[in-house]
Amino acid sequence: MDAVLTTSLGSAISNPSKPDLRALVLDILVRVFTLIPLLVLVYIFTKIYRQGAHAVTWEFLTAAPSGGMLEGGIFPCIFGTLMVTLLMILIALPLGICAAIYLVEYGGSGALVGWIKAAVNNLAGVPSIVFGLFGVGFFILFVGRNLDHLLQTGLLFGQPCMLWASATLSVLVLPVIVVSTEEALNAVPQSHRTASLALGATKWQTIQNVVLPQARGGILTGAILAISRGAGETAPILFTGCAYFLPHLPVGNLFGFIPMVNPMKQFMELSYHIFVMATQSIDAEKSLPIQYGTTLVLLALTFMLNFCAIAYRIHFRKQLRQA
Amino acid sequence: MAMERHFDEELKELREKLLRMAALTESAVARSVKSLVRRDTEMAHLVILADDEINMMEIEAEELCLKLLALRQPIAKDLRFIAAAMKIINELERIGDLSVNIAQRTLDILKEPLLKPLIDIPRMAGLAQKMVTDSLEAFVHEDSVLARSVCLRDDEVDSLNYQIFRELLSYMLEDPQTVTRAVDLLLIGRHLERIADHATNISEEVVYMVQGKTIKHHIEERAGSSGRFA
Amino acid sequence: MGVFIMTDEEDRAKTESVADSAPVRHKIKTSVPRTFGTESGELVQPVKIQVENLDFYYGLTRALKKASLLIRERSVTALIGPSGCGKSTFLRCLNRMNDDIPGARTDGRVLMDGIDIYGPGINVVALRRLVGMVFQKSNPFPKSIFDNVAYGLKIGGMSDREEVEVRVEESLKKAAIWEEVKDRLDHSALELSGGQQQRICIARALAVHPEIILMDEPASALDPISTAKIEELIHILKQDYTIVIVTHNMQQAARVSDYTGFFLTGEMIEFDRTQTIFEVPSDKRTEDYITGRFG
Repeated sequence: MDAVLTTSLGSAISNPSKPDLRALVLDILVRVFTLIPLLVLVYIFTKIYRQGAHAVTWEFLTAAPSGGMLEGGIFPCIFGTLMVTLLMILIALPLGICAAIYLVEYGGSGALVGWIKAAVNNLAGVPSIVFGLFGVGFFILFVGRNLDHLLQTGLLFGQPCMLWASATLSVLVLPVIVVSTEEALNAVPQSHRTASLALGATKWQTIQNVVLPQARGGILTGAILAISRGAGETAPILFTGCAYFLPHLPVGNLFGFIPMVNPMKQFMELSYHIFVMATQSIDAEKSLPIQYGTTLVLLALTFMLNFCAIAYRIHFRKQLRQA
Repeated sequence: MAMERHFDEELKELREKLLRMAALTESAVARSVKSLVRRDTEMAHLVILADDEINMMEIEAEELCLKLLALRQPIAKDLRFIAAAMKIINELERIGDLSVNIAQRTLDILKEPLLKPLIDIPRMAGLAQKMVTDSLEAFVHEDSVLARSVCLRDDEVDSLNYQIFRELLSYMLEDPQTVTRAVDLLLIGRHLERIADHATNISEEVVYMVQGKTIKHHIEERAGSSGRFA
Repeated sequence: MGVFIMTDEEDRAKTESVADSAPVRHKIKTSVPRTFGTESGELVQPVKIQVENLDFYYGLTRALKKASLLIRERSVTALIGPSGCGKSTFLRCLNRMNDDIPGARTDGRVLMDGIDIYGPGINVVALRRLVGMVFQKSNPFPKSIFDNVAYGLKIGGMSDREEVEVRVEESLKKAAIWEEVKDRLDHSALELSGGQQQRICIARALAVHPEIILMDEPASALDPISTAKIEELIHILKQDYTIVIVTHNMQQAARVSDYTGFFLTGEMIEFDRTQTIFEVPSDKRTEDYITGRFG
């Protein structure tokens, strides 16, 4: 005869539990809901790929458009996108990092800090078209025209160009950089700052040598996310510097012989190109493959950047976990 | 604010053991002197037999002290109490042995008629007994004033002992036949003097336990200062 | 109300090792009578830090109430007391680490070598180099072992690479961890065990050549063996440095320190030689705390 546990513990553990129906249903529901966006994404990407992959050739990527946008390539758009994004990050990154450093390291908990944080949060929620209008109204009309008046440069600054487009985009992505830098700075344990101060470092030396090196990863992630956001936005650059077709790239020669991007010129851009082609093309049917191809290129760019950000974040989290 | 500690229970146990041992010792001293004064051989035998219990108590109490030292890491008052207790246990056991010695001398003396009427010895015994009682009382009540007074009486006992010695010496010089009895009495005097010394030692330990001051060997007089300041 | 130790002016020469804090009873000086509790005839170190009526406020809360004590050179002073009694706050006043806390206010004087560190025109950065600190939870930077120990030097502007290397080696040796890490100085400090990390932090503090080392419960997060190693290290370090250690472990204070101060709700209740505190404390509150009757 087998020995049977007659204690309450014994009987509790030897009786299998009844299946919980509600938990099971929730389990399935959750999995289904997770799958839906994934499926949508897969569908979109597959459709775009199928329709546009054949259009993306080497020539497509390196040539200028021709024949009323029905032939040729999108090189100027790629160039324009990259340049405007680069300029955007050059403006936004220092500003955002400095703001975040102020908020985290110097601000304390006073009312001013609260106001600034609220402002940053609100900025993140502003619709992108409003940014575009702001860009026109503030940068082009106010700053640009007044600069022209002050420096007697005619109509140099007071018109749409890459500079103002980048400036507008940088205002758009500023919250992203500020928040991710804040997060990265806050992730640095206070004990490290204390240790540094106790060794006779000033506050700034501590930020420079202990806090920022540790926050590097988070800041970089924020920058990559900002770039991928900025590269894909259309509305802010709509009136501030983007053009449908330009015969030349926005480059010039500094002092006559150093080739350089000229930020005072207008530029072509990927997302804008798609928008105009889709709405104003002379032959919508024929331009369809080019549209899909351009979209594919833009998506590929964005995805690549996002993956970089994710990969870098994982890598950096591993390093921080050791601490 | 004071928290009840398990350790306090164990300290109480040690204290009780000590007090039981003290009671037995006091009784041994009293009986040994009584057996001499009343010429009671049975009582003398009782004293000798009862010493075994005192010895067993010494071992028990000492073991408890060592256990507390090893397991409880006592400090401050608790440390002083246990350190003093260990010494006092020792002194009590010696007093018990001395009572046995007195009883043994008594048995020898009672075999023969009295050499002389006993005056000084009972007086000395009374003093020594009181010193033992008072020192243990000082321990029970943590009374350092009483303890110090015991220390002062030691001189009196010493001088009485010397007196007895002088008197018995003259007896022995006068009549050599009295030597054995005289020597027995001398030895009893010596034992009583030693009992008084042990009582003094107990009192010194009590002062250390209560005040944290060491007053052994007249160290305070030598230093010329009060030793501590707050 | 504190207990002050009086110096014996004649015996200020430090010819004998002042780590020799053996129980007074057994120290026999032939020409001088044996005394207990006083300092006459016994070597006493000069005063390094003198704290006078130190008050400290976090905003409206009073964390320290007229705390006064003396810290002697090349000795270990332990600060004990129940949680929240102000001992850590007191420690942090000694290198002005409390300055950065919003609403912090100090009253009273803290004299180091006779100079009030709360006086006007004090260079706080220089002060913190002379008064090093080791924390409860070891906090090495996520840098290499070498960079960790060299941090204070780099901050202070030492640029000669060779000199830095010499100092780093010297500090790691003083912290008794050189042998364990000499072959992996470029490895991350975070690879080390807790006890090793704490010793790296000690090396880091030693690298800038402080005169005083403050330790805030340095071994409380460590296992017994690592703790023992740190305590041994303290014994060796006190020959060259003045050490002030906050600890909640009474036995540790008894093992490691020469002087002990007992804090209770912001007040310094009693301060005396460690042996006296643990054998014959003057104040009943001290006795109740150290024997575990409360706390």
